[in-house]
Amino acid sequence: MRTLSLAKRGLLEMVRDPLTLIFGAGFPLALMLLLSAIQSRVPVPLFAPERLTPGILCFGQSFLALFAAQGLSRDRSSALMLRLLCSPMTARDCLLGWALPLLGLALAQGTLCLGCAFALGLDVNPRALAMLAAALPGAACQIALGLLCGSLLNDRQVGGICGALLTNLSAWLSGAWFDLSLMGGAVERIARMLPFANCVDAGRAALAGDWAGVAAPLLIASGWALALSAAAGMAFARKARAA
Amino acid sequence: MNAIEARGLCKRYGGTRAVDDLRFEVAQGEVFALLGVNGAGKSTAVRMLSGLTPPDAGDALLMGRSVARERAEVRRVVGLSPQESAVAPRLTTRENLELIAGLYGLPGSRAAEALEAFGLAEVAGRAAGKLSGGWQRRLSIAMALLPGPRVLFLDEPTLGLDVLARRALWDLIESLRGRVTVLLTTHYMEEAEALSDRVGILRAGRLTALGTAEELKARARAASFEDAFVALAATQEVE
Repeated sequence: MRTLSLAKRGLLEMVRDPLTLIFGAGFPLALMLLLSAIQSRVPVPLFAPERLTPGILCFGQSFLALFAAQGLSRDRSSALMLRLLCSPMTARDCLLGWALPLLGLALAQGTLCLGCAFALGLDVNPRALAMLAAALPGAACQIALGLLCGSLLNDRQVGGICGALLTNLSAWLSGAWFDLSLMGGAVERIARMLPFANCVDAGRAALAGDWAGVAAPLLIASGWALALSAAAGMAFARKARAA
Repeated sequence: MNAIEARGLCKRYGGTRAVDDLRFEVAQGEVFALLGVNGAGKSTAVRMLSGLTPPDAGDALLMGRSVARERAEVRRVVGLSPQESAVAPRLTTRENLELIAGLYGLPGSRAAEALEAFGLAEVAGRAAGKLSGGWQRRLSIAMALLPGPRVLFLDEPTLGLDVLARRALWDLIESLRGRVTVLLTTHYMEEAEALSDRVGILRAGRLTALGTAEELKARARAASFEDAFVALAATQEVE
């Protein structure tokens, strides 16, 4: 009940902020349309709907980290946080309250991307829904990463780190725009250890019906989601104690 | 049982003693003002008393619950209206009150009651961030009072408000006397004198004077309460 009340507040604030809608839903869709237009003139296998859609989903999810970090750091710098900390809300209640509306946004974002991908020629079959489900650990990762940053950084730092660095990192290291093996070496090894490329790989494997190929990357992404959630919880609880 | 019993509260930030051996009691239903110049330790004291910040040493009992050992219990009996208006700016007035009702597990009807009780009905549908300072502060206090706290902390409740908004809030605070214990911090001497049953003066984290406004004026042999404050804020220890 307490968590849902805070989640409702997050949802209302999110839908009333046009920037959230533009970057959360509009921008990934626009990018998808643009890359598909390029693909239709100069065929690039990476930009075919079954390869592109999981990549776009991963890229779109990086904005979830930005929104989570901005929302939390803004609240932390405002007197409203004192009110929350003075209430019976625990740190866990608070973090879940911030995360739930973003998970909802992730689902909406995924559904819109999928709808767009169907319009662009992706086969309509149950594997597409499996891809959507496989994208959830990636969304959880990004939200937890955002909450971690929001717990540790102030409003301005969040803009730079989550707005510029994180969106670029997750785009370049996800393998969404180019094959990671082209970079090879340490960069590829690092990318394979991080959640972004694993999220894209899990989505592509799900779309291809390669269930064995889904398991390993999904496990890595889920592990990251759990670790980042725990880190965000500890960081927030520590900040709350020092309020 | 006293509503507030501060028993040697101490808090340091780095090498600075923000609050040092703070001791006082506030009876139930009393309006108590904590005064001091900037940096005197008022906000730190409020944070410790409301269970937000743990004390480094000492303790305080809020309706018999220890801020050092029972912070969760303390949160159930206190309300806080911080220095800045603590509202969610993109939510409407009604939604802000519903948020608080939800955070405390109370029915949504409490928000509707609060709208009427605090005279907020006319701005119920307006975004809180677009309200004037006076309305925001009124909403902030309504949010603090909605869960029915036994002790209410008001940190600079009328800071930056015009005279009409300030007087309206004075009436609101006055209406709480006897029902809710109020501890307010303020820089406005006339506010402390008009509203509070007793006043404590903090200087460099220590309580240097404690009594009614009249007692403090007599002790300082001052014609006005402001003169008394100036004289007493410069002394070292409580008498």
